[in-house]
Amino acid sequence: MVRSPESPVLTINGLVKDVGPLPTLDGKMLRVVSGLSLIAERGQVTALLGANGAGKTTTIECAQGLQKRTAGAISLLGHDPDSAGAGLRARVGVMLQDGGLPPSARPIPLLRHIAGMYQDPWPVDELIGRLGIDSFSRTNVRRLSGGQKQRLALAAALVGNPEVLFLDEPSAGLDPQSRQMVFDLISELRNSGMGIILTTHLMDDAQRLADYVYIIDAGRNVAEGTVAQLLRHQLPAGDTSQHIRTLLFETEPGLDFAGVLPDGVDVTEARAGSYAVTGALTPADLAAITAWWAQRGIMPSSLSLEARSLEDVFLDISGREIR
Amino acid sequence: MTRVTGGAPLESARRAGAPPAAHGSAPASLLRRILLQGQYETVTMLRNGEQLILAIVLPLLAMVGLTVTPLLDGLGATRINVAVPGILALCAMSTAFTGQGISTGFDRRYGVLRFLSTTPLGRTGLIAGKVLAVLAVLFLQVLIVTAVAVVLGWQPNPAGWLPGLAILVLGAAAFTALGLLVAGTVRPEATLAITNLLWILLGALGGIVIPAERLPALAQAVVHFLPSGALGQALRDAFLYGSVNGAAVLVLLLWTAIAGGAATRWFKWN
Repeated sequence: MVRSPESPVLTINGLVKDVGPLPTLDGKMLRVVSGLSLIAERGQVTALLGANGAGKTTTIECAQGLQKRTAGAISLLGHDPDSAGAGLRARVGVMLQDGGLPPSARPIPLLRHIAGMYQDPWPVDELIGRLGIDSFSRTNVRRLSGGQKQRLALAAALVGNPEVLFLDEPSAGLDPQSRQMVFDLISELRNSGMGIILTTHLMDDAQRLADYVYIIDAGRNVAEGTVAQLLRHQLPAGDTSQHIRTLLFETEPGLDFAGVLPDGVDVTEARAGSYAVTGALTPADLAAITAWWAQRGIMPSSLSLEARSLEDVFLDISGREIR
Repeated sequence: MTRVTGGAPLESARRAGAPPAAHGSAPASLLRRILLQGQYETVTMLRNGEQLILAIVLPLLAMVGLTVTPLLDGLGATRINVAVPGILALCAMSTAFTGQGISTGFDRRYGVLRFLSTTPLGRTGLIAGKVLAVLAVLFLQVLIVTAVAVVLGWQPNPAGWLPGLAILVLGAAAFTALGLLVAGTVRPEATLAITNLLWILLGALGGIVIPAERLPALAQAVVHFLPSGALGQALRDAFLYGSVNGAAVLVLLLWTAIAGGAATRWFKWN
């Protein structure tokens, strides 16, 4: 397949979206998205990560042509989604947050019906097998579990074999097995050249799936980069080579770490006997800590080492207050 | 930008269930999309039990009721000949206004309209499919009502069929536009209540099955301007006398234009 890596599947530039007028704001408009920009490439998973209400869904619905933008420019496969014709819609697959599937429909006739809208659909039988839809094919949409509905909605978004796929909170309601099935498929689709744009408020989704992450807060871009780049975000000055890690362990309360830990490494005792040592830990630091335990006869009852997570980055950037 | 369509040559070699080797499809033709949607919506309507009661059972009961009671006596024709055109009008109101309105209202609630509008079908195709489904169900209603009516002794004016069917389609268009206007602007529960209530009120007092001259004086002045009264009267004039009631046709055209314009302007997709 011929690809042109220079042309992204989606470019959003300075997107502004006002909604309203709202009675709760004395009839004023509410700015849901204020000047957001992003680029999504072919063969990549681009994630919009943000808390509920950050403007993720509004942003991708403007890109899908479902909502009219107030200002800014959007190019979806080189076209303005607001004036999209059937030709553009056929190349774009959409999985809505609320599914958008008729409650009285049965899964397979529904998928066959949608497949009929395309000249060259993904063979429905293959899609059904791939997403395990045959196991609930005789059940009405209304009676499906959350995870079954999500898988069917994904199949409905994919049945046209799109070049660009939008997924709004794809892992919502998925049990661990379905989640693995869906994530494997998303990775394969990415590898086969599909451009995938997903929204999520789950750090784990972004960390596992995304090639490039935009962190969105209050309708604005607050940070962007690959997962690795974001994990290096805000490290101590002069040290960009190591990741922040946290050593968690439980043992007797009230230990005094004076002289054991190097500068820049903090220790907190959140609960009595439960310690967290955080900083740019080196193998030598770990050796020093364990040697100190050996010398004092300390044997922790639990012990783990965690890398700085995307969640930490996200919370550092968007603030730790509950919204 | 290069786009790849069509099956890739390696299609057969890839692992079962793996994604197609190339992505991107062209849409099916506009006609095919609309026909498919029309067929899908028709089957959905016919599978809905409540819808069938409203579309077939109640009009047939009303027809039998009007032939065994003296309500329509003294109008210059047999009871059945006066009753059937009104029953056909009632069928159009059942399917185009109440049935279609309710299903569209709930489709809107569940995001079905939003999802389908992102597929090649689009918003225009969706509406066209709904109109097609209304016409298909109405066609079945006409067949069934006609068959039962002929058994009950209906003798329509042969010259009335052509204008009668054209007026029936026009009435269906007016009621479809009204149904979409209600479904697109209020909550589905309200659509359910409004369209059912209006079906009963207009059915009983709107000049649809009971001609204006048999209604209270207050109603008589109004019903000629209602889509129900205009459709009922135009169909009676067609099937009783083979004539076209221009004033009633004009009223139906106006309702179609006004409700269609208002639905286009105010219909909320989400």
